Amino acid sequence: MCGNEALAEAAIIAGCDAYFGYPITPQNEIPAYMSRRMPEEGRVFVQSESELAAINMVFGASATGKRAMTSSSSPGISLMQEGMSYLAGAELPAVVVNVMRGGPGLGNISPSQGDYFQATRGGGHGDYHTIVFGPSSVQELVDCMPLAFDLADQYRMTAVVLADGILGQMMEPIRLPSGPPRRFDGEKKPRRKPPPKDWALTGAKDRPQNIVRSLWLGEGVLEKLNYKLKAKYEQVEKSEVLCEQYKVDDADIVVVAYGIAARIVRGAVQKAREGGIKIGWIRPITLWPFPTEQISKAANEFRLFLTVELSNGQMLEDVKLAVAGKAPVLFYGRPGGGVPTVDEILDKIRQLSIPQKRPATKRRIKKQ
Amino acid sequence: MAGRIIIDIERCKGCGLCVAVCPKNGIAISKKSNKSGYFPAEAANSDCTGCAVCAIICPDVAIEVQKDDSGKDEIVSQQGRKTKPRLVKEKT
Amino acid sequence: MKTVFKRTPTIKDYPTHYCPGCGHGIAHRLIAEAIDELNIRHRTIGIAPVGCAVLAYNYFDVDMVEVAHGRAPAVATGMKRTNPDKIIFSYQGDGDLAAIGTAEIIHAAHRAEKITVIFINNAVFGMTGGQMAPTTVLGQVTATTPQGRTAASEGYPLQISELLAILPGAIYVERRALSSPGQVHKAKKAIKHAFELQVNSAPGLSLVELLSPCPTYWRMTPAEAMDWIEKEMTKVFPLGCLKDVSRDL
Repeated sequence: MCGNEALAEAAIIAGCDAYFGYPITPQNEIPAYMSRRMPEEGRVFVQSESELAAINMVFGASATGKRAMTSSSSPGISLMQEGMSYLAGAELPAVVVNVMRGGPGLGNISPSQGDYFQATRGGGHGDYHTIVFGPSSVQELVDCMPLAFDLADQYRMTAVVLADGILGQMMEPIRLPSGPPRRFDGEKKPRRKPPPKDWALTGAKDRPQNIVRSLWLGEGVLEKLNYKLKAKYEQVEKSEVLCEQYKVDDADIVVVAYGIAARIVRGAVQKAREGGIKIGWIRPITLWPFPTEQISKAANEFRLFLTVELSNGQMLEDVKLAVAGKAPVLFYGRPGGGVPTVDEILDKIRQLSIPQKRPATKRRIKKQ
Repeated sequence: MAGRIIIDIERCKGCGLCVAVCPKNGIAISKKSNKSGYFPAEAANSDCTGCAVCAIICPDVAIEVQKDDSGKDEIVSQQGRKTKPRLVKEKT
Repeated sequence: MKTVFKRTPTIKDYPTHYCPGCGHGIAHRLIAEAIDELNIRHRTIGIAPVGCAVLAYNYFDVDMVEVAHGRAPAVATGMKRTNPDKIIFSYQGDGDLAAIGTAEIIHAAHRAEKITVIFINNAVFGMTGGQMAPTTVLGQVTATTPQGRTAASEGYPLQISELLAILPGAIYVERRALSSPGQVHKAKKAIKHAFELQVNSAPGLSLVELLSPCPTYWRMTPAEAMDWIEKEMTKVFPLGCLKDVSRDL
């Protein structure tokens, strides 16, 4: 199945009650597929008049306790940032799929990873985060959909699935989730049980009214909410990091890449290994929470880190933060819809000269 | 038929709409303010008929209206929740 | 003595923050009475706008949600489509509905969403300090039209009810005023009808536009503001039922 349709079907299997979306290339297959399948399953599909409206329809459905999702591509996701900030402030679960394309502005319709900042730094206004997945195969795209809905419900957060134009369009054989979904390492894992949504707007029958809001004008109240959100995000960072490592232990070079870039990197790394270079990779699957610990641990041994992205360097910053100056962090990227080849990356790897030891640091203590 | 209005003085903001619409000129603004600093409305005479236009126009839904259904007593309009009703005169 | 008028249960016992003489309080009461008379409180969900009525959930005792400016009809769509048995209403001012939210209201009507929309038109943006609204009338002085609104520079006042009545999906559109007890009585009927249509699963959107006083930013007393509605606003925003498919007008 092609990535876009596969993720849509996986969402349906995961229990998505409602899909609201607006056409934008390269994810048009998603609303088209949903328009056919959702009514077949007795669920809701609406083609909204804009992405602004779509994210607000998600807000509405989610406020009543339903599982709602939308999908778009970079410019449309920009339009949704207001809604995503409101979702975070009101602590509503939601799933948003971003099939990234070249930007900024209208850009082009080629694949890109230029929305990493937007996705992992909240995106809209205010102090918040969304859970962000960066799958790198159609199977992973399928596997992360039930997890996205489950985590969204569990933590009352938005889960963003960052695909890109290649992943959305490419066709791969997949196994759709039936029964417990696959973990990313291939093992079967039971679905998490969603907590009861007693905060939802279901009609105030035999109970006091529920209010879903994000405006808190009282002295100190909004601050308190923000601390609550922070504690929640810390819990997510502690428990929900997903990442894949390959031959890091003896590596002189560690490549860090996600999504489609990681697919290309895999080919280059395997060829490099065959050519005798000691190289491995760390592949974040959740981009938020970021596998800071895993990268930090790898940086305890002196080695080169090479970040490869389809951008001018966004995840690069998180890698640098994680490495915390313990090792050099280099970058190779193609922005604006450019897609590197395996050989291009292989060349870059071969050009890297690996220092033999950590350079000595001089410390001067100032005399009085 | 006589009527009376009960004004919730803490809800009333003294906007004066009830004063303006009352067909009996039966409501006036008090010289004593409520806890919020507004000068609430109060009954000004005993001519209330219970027509309730004051309550209909009141933006603060601060007025309760009662009508005498016994046909016997005419009671002066009562204000607030603390003043006692005063029986003024009996209908002959 | 028997009580002939009493606050209806869906209005909470909580003093409002609205200005003295503001029309919101009247509109709130009419909606609450409609909800109570139709006995739908237990399955009604209301949407509060961004505007003076943002805290409407403190006044209506039903499940309520506060949403982004102008987006209420989209939120209502999400709610109604996934919960067809619930009564969904949005309560919006002229910034929310006639400025930033014009796309959302037009498309919700266009899609014939089965919701009830109460549109409060007070010809200004109240919450932010009395700026021009799309519904500000020509010549009206506001915080952003200190010389008075001119057609050449600011355009004409926007007549939302007329705009929406054209759409087949808008099945009931009526404009009323909150300017006198008689008008309030008629407004109540319109509001109740708008809710009734949803209760009866009528196939489309109902909108009641209410001309409402803003004494503070019109720089008038409440009684003067009521007069201004009847004398000036109704010239630009004529009262009446523009469309009601249920009555075969």
